[in-house]
Amino acid sequence: MPALKDVRFKIKGIKKTQQITKAMNMVAASKLRGAQTKMEGFSPYADKFSAVMSNLSGSVNPSQFPLMAQRQVKKILVIVVTSDKGLCGAFNANIINAVNRLNKEIVSQGKSLSLICVGRKAVQFFKKSNIEVVYNISDIMSDVQIQFAKTIGQQAITQFLSENFDEVQLVYGKFINVAVQRPIFKKILPLSKETLVGQGETSQGTNLTYTFEPEPDAILNNLLPLYVNIQIMSAMLETVASEQASRMTSMDNATRACKDMLGSLTLIYNKARQATITKELMDIVGGAEALKG
Amino acid sequence: MANKIHLEIITPSKQVLNQPVEMVTAPGSDGVFGVLANHTPFLTSLKIGELKYQNDGKNFRLALSNGFCEISSNKMTVLAEAAEFSEDIDIDRALKAKERAEKRLQEAISSKENINTARAQASLTRALTRIRVSGK
Repeated sequence: MPALKDVRFKIKGIKKTQQITKAMNMVAASKLRGAQTKMEGFSPYADKFSAVMSNLSGSVNPSQFPLMAQRQVKKILVIVVTSDKGLCGAFNANIINAVNRLNKEIVSQGKSLSLICVGRKAVQFFKKSNIEVVYNISDIMSDVQIQFAKTIGQQAITQFLSENFDEVQLVYGKFINVAVQRPIFKKILPLSKETLVGQGETSQGTNLTYTFEPEPDAILNNLLPLYVNIQIMSAMLETVASEQASRMTSMDNATRACKDMLGSLTLIYNKARQATITKELMDIVGGAEALKG
Repeated sequence: MANKIHLEIITPSKQVLNQPVEMVTAPGSDGVFGVLANHTPFLTSLKIGELKYQNDGKNFRLALSNGFCEISSNKMTVLAEAAEFSEDIDIDRALKAKERAEKRLQEAISSKENINTARAQASLTRALTRIRVSGK
């Protein structure tokens, strides 16, 4: 039987932990709501953008745009988007594992892979790994701004255009619903005509003959980098929402685990207390018997 | 109603405007252009500048930065990185941004960094536009 006092301390400690995890759960829930609103606020912009891109790409020739240049893929740049903070279950670990798996596969094919790390968790992890990191950016996930996406996009585009890399991919935690978040890969460079056309609402508008000002090529040249930025931006927004959802679930689990532990510890505590009382009673009875003797 | 065009302004953070208006004037990259109802399908990129629109005889002004606009089937869609109504502009912040941009521009020019010069110039234009739009 453990000592009564030890068990009491343990119960106290777990109760405090439970309070913290409960609070974190509630904070994550409210932050998730914020992140989801942000995501929803961004989606009309992204949708409309895709629609215009698909209208535009019908009337241009992809071969003359450097961002659409298909080269033989030897070097791949992967943009890893994770959260800045931990305590959100296996969320970041899943993303990082996915990247490691991809790395193994790519290396076995005789190609090479480098990274752009977004979010402190990715930065910290890949600092210690032997994968080359081109660019790091962290402490931005609490307030995702289009400027950050721009900076990252700029990096990716410069690397791609200087032919340091032949392909750019994006890895992030896709927000499927509150209970499910999955790391997914998305190829963002080179852009292909098919992806541009396929994304928009093709039902109407494609057959309209637009007046372009300046020339369609010039407009598309302006829009392609923006398109890359938008992809990165929505990946970041989704990652933030996924992170909060994941934290919510894991903190909920932690709270429940605390409750279970408290139950079993209380049982042990009561047993120990009962044992002490019985022992004391026996002592008293024994003493009384001896006196009677 | 028949003589109006539907104007929609969207930025990454929110939908700024979505309503029929009488006339729009926008800063196209090849020059300022005006739009009335039943405009021909049109697609253009936009510069940093001022977007004006008229509705029920009243004028509204917005400071716009980098984007593009599409006009089709009597609907004008403006996608911009930022769009602020003249009355929402924080003039103090704009003035500070202007000072900052001027200083950075000086530094960039003296150190001959083309990228930084371009960036500083862009932020200076943005700040000046915001000051101008909020001023009148």
